[in-house]
Amino acid sequence: MSGGVDSAVAAARAAEAGHDVTGIHLALSRNPKSYRTGARGCCTIEDSNDARRAADVIGIPFYVWDMSDRFHEDVVEDFMAEYAEGRTPNPCLRCNEKIKFAAVLERAMALGFDAVATGHYAQLVTGEDGLIQMHRAVDMGKDQSYVLGVLTQEQLAHSLFPLGDSRKEDVRTEAERRGLAVAKKPDSHDICFISDGDTAGWLRDKLGAGSGDIVDHSTGEVLGTHEGAFGFTIGQRKGLRIGHPTADGKPRYVLDIEPVSGTVTVGPREELTIDHITGIKPRWCGTVPTEPLHGSVQLRAHGEEHRAVVSVTGDGVEIELLEPAQGIAPGQAAVVYEGSRVVGSATITKAVRRSSVDA
Amino acid sequence: MNDTVPTPGTAQATVYLDHAASTPMYARAVAAMTEQMTRIGNPSSLHASGRAARRVVEESREKIAQALNARPGEVVFTSGGTESDNLALKGLFWARRSADPRRTRILSTAIEHHAVLDPLHWLAEEEGAEVELLPVDELGRLKVDALREAVERDPGSVALVSVMWANNEVGTLQPIADAVQIAHAHDIPVHTDAVQAVGQVPVDFAGSGVDALTLTAHKVGGPYGVGALVVRRELELTPLLHGGGQERDVRSGTIDGPAIAGFAAAVEIAVKFQPEHAVRVSALRDNLVRRILEEVPGAMVNGDPVSSVEHRLPGNAHLKFPGCEGDSLLMLLDARGIECSTGSACSAGVPQASHVLLAMGCDDESARSSLRFSLGHTSSQADVDALVEAIGPVVERARAAGIASGFGATTKRAG
Repeated sequence: MSGGVDSAVAAARAAEAGHDVTGIHLALSRNPKSYRTGARGCCTIEDSNDARRAADVIGIPFYVWDMSDRFHEDVVEDFMAEYAEGRTPNPCLRCNEKIKFAAVLERAMALGFDAVATGHYAQLVTGEDGLIQMHRAVDMGKDQSYVLGVLTQEQLAHSLFPLGDSRKEDVRTEAERRGLAVAKKPDSHDICFISDGDTAGWLRDKLGAGSGDIVDHSTGEVLGTHEGAFGFTIGQRKGLRIGHPTADGKPRYVLDIEPVSGTVTVGPREELTIDHITGIKPRWCGTVPTEPLHGSVQLRAHGEEHRAVVSVTGDGVEIELLEPAQGIAPGQAAVVYEGSRVVGSATITKAVRRSSVDA
Repeated sequence: MNDTVPTPGTAQATVYLDHAASTPMYARAVAAMTEQMTRIGNPSSLHASGRAARRVVEESREKIAQALNARPGEVVFTSGGTESDNLALKGLFWARRSADPRRTRILSTAIEHHAVLDPLHWLAEEEGAEVELLPVDELGRLKVDALREAVERDPGSVALVSVMWANNEVGTLQPIADAVQIAHAHDIPVHTDAVQAVGQVPVDFAGSGVDALTLTAHKVGGPYGVGALVVRRELELTPLLHGGGQERDVRSGTIDGPAIAGFAAAVEIAVKFQPEHAVRVSALRDNLVRRILEEVPGAMVNGDPVSSVEHRLPGNAHLKFPGCEGDSLLMLLDARGIECSTGSACSAGVPQASHVLLAMGCDDESARSSLRFSLGHTSSQADVDALVEAIGPVVERARAAGIASGFGATTKRAG
C-alpha cells in the first residue's frame, strides 16, 4: 500500500472478497522525506501514514517492510548503470520484476500468504489451458499492463489486480464511499526515488556532468556543446540550444547519445523512424511463442501500440514493426500484446530502420 | 477496591507481552484520575475549587516523593519521560555551563533511549556540547572504567553525567552507584532515566545519590502524558518551557491534576508491590526464556543472564532468533494475537537495527533477529504458555521468509 488511492481500494476490495488481507507499505528509501512535494512518489513518511490510515479504515493489519536495500541494489543502481551505458531504462518495470512481485512476493509466500494484491490497472483471466492471462485494464487511460509485462506465469499465479475492471474515477468514488481519506489524493507519476522529478539533475548528481559535443549526424560537424548528456533523450527536439539553424530549416532531433564521450548526435526527424527492434532478456507471461507472432508492441509507458511481427530467436526477440515508431531508445521495454493480452516483454538493445518508409 | 492485590485495569483480549512499551493502568489509577476529571478547579487558582485541586496535586506529589524516597519539593511534574529527560539534560547543561563556561562535556552511554540520545545530539549540534557516549560490555552494562577515565581526564570540563537506571531493550541494570561515586568525587551532577526501573526494581532517589531522575506514569500503570523529573532542590536547572512557572519555576504549563492523581496512585501501588511483583514476574520470565530456548534450538538470550533484580529487569526477556527477521516474527506473532516488540523503530516505521544491541557488539543481522518480550502486572502463566506454543512454528516460518528474502546471506548492508 503506497499511500495512494489505488492500492487502498485494491486492499479494500480484496478484503471484501473474503481474503485474509494484510497491508504492507514498502519503505524503499533509507531516508524518507517527511512530506510529499506535489504529486510524486511513494517514499515519504506522510505516504506511509496515509497507507496506515487506509488500513485502519479497511480494518486490516498494517506493517512497513524495509525493502530499501533490495530496491537500491536492484532498481536504483540498475537505473544508474543503464543510464551510464547510454540506455533509457524504465525503473517501474524493474521494480515490479525484482521487488513487488519477487522480493515481496517471496517473503509473503514464506510467511504464509498466497498472493500479492496491488492497485495496478490490469486484468487477470484464467485461460482454457489453465494458464493465467494478463490483459489490458478496462480503463485504457490508466492501463498499467505495460509495466507488468515482465511478470512470468509463476508471478501472475500469485498476483491479484482488483482494479483491472474499473475506471479510475469509479475507484475514486468508491474510495470516498468507503471513507478512505486518500480518495482525492493526486496520482503519483514520475520516478518515485527522484523526489523533485528532475531526472536529469539527479543523474548528473550521481554520475557526473557528462558534458560533450552536439554533433550533426550526416556531416559530423560539431554544432555546439552541452553540460550533461543525461539531460537528453532520444527523439528530444526542444532545449538543444544550437545557435544556427539547419540549411533546409528543418528542426533537429536527438538521434543518439554516446555516454562515454558525452557526444549527442542530432539530425532530422525521419532519422528517428525505426521499424525493426532487437530485444534481449525476454520474459514471457505464459508459453513462449514458437511461431512468429502477429500482434502488437508497446514501446513506452502509456505509448501507442504498433502492429508488429515478433519472432523468438535463441535468447532474444526480433520485432518487425508494421507501423513504424519514433524516438526509441535502447533500454526501453518492448511489451508484446496479442489483442488485449500481454504475451511478454524484452529489453530493447537496437532499434533501426530497415525499409525506406517515410515518417 | 482491593488494596492488597494490584488489579488489572483492563480485560486482556490478547497476549500482551509489551509492558515495557506501556503497561495497563491500575483500576485505582483510573478511579483516581476520573474522579478528578469530574471536578473543576485550576490548581493555580486561589479560590476554594483551586485550592481543592491544588491539594490533590500536592498530595500526589507527596505520594510519589514518599514512594521514591525523595522530598515532595523535589518532584517536578512534566508531560512524561521525554520532557523530563530533555529538561534534565538541557536544563543542567545550560545552568552548569553558564556557571562555568569550561563545562561543555556531557558523559552518557551508547545505550540510552532516544529521549536522551536525541537531546544530546541536539546539544552537540546546536549548543557546542561535547557528548561522549561511553561503551557498554556485551551484557549491555556501562563500562565503569570508561566513565572513570572520561571524568578524570578533565573533570572541570564535565557539565553532567547521564546514565539510565535500566536499559529499556535488554533490561540490563546499570552501575548507578559507581557512576554517582565517580561523578560526585568531582561535584559533577548525575541524571538517570529510570523510566523502566520504577516499580520493577527498588529505586531510592536519596539513597542512590543521583541528582535528577526521570520517571513516567504510563510505564508504571498510570496514564499517558504525565511524568516527573525528581531533582534535588539545590540543583539549578534552566527551564525549557517558559510561562506561568507552575512547577518550581522550572516547568511552566497548567498543572494536569487528573493525570497527576492517576500517576500518583499508580506509583504508590507499583512501588508498594514491587518486591512481590519482581518475584512473580521474573519467575514467569525465567519460565518463558527457558521454554523458548527449548522450543527453538539456536535461540539466544541478549543481555544479562543473571535474573536477579540487581542484574536485569524482572519482566524483560530479549531473545535472538538467528535467521529470522524480527519484524517477520513480530508480524506472525501479532497475527496470532501475541504482541511484542523488535526494539526501536524510526518515524516511518522502518525497522532499524537496535543501537543498543549494536553497542553490545551484535552485528547488524543478529540485532535485527531479536525480539523483546516484556511482562508486567497483568501477565500470567497463560500468556507465557501461549507464546511458547506459538513460537516454534512462527520461527520456522520466519526463517523460511528470511531465506526467501536473502536475510542471512548478506553480511554488508548499504546505507
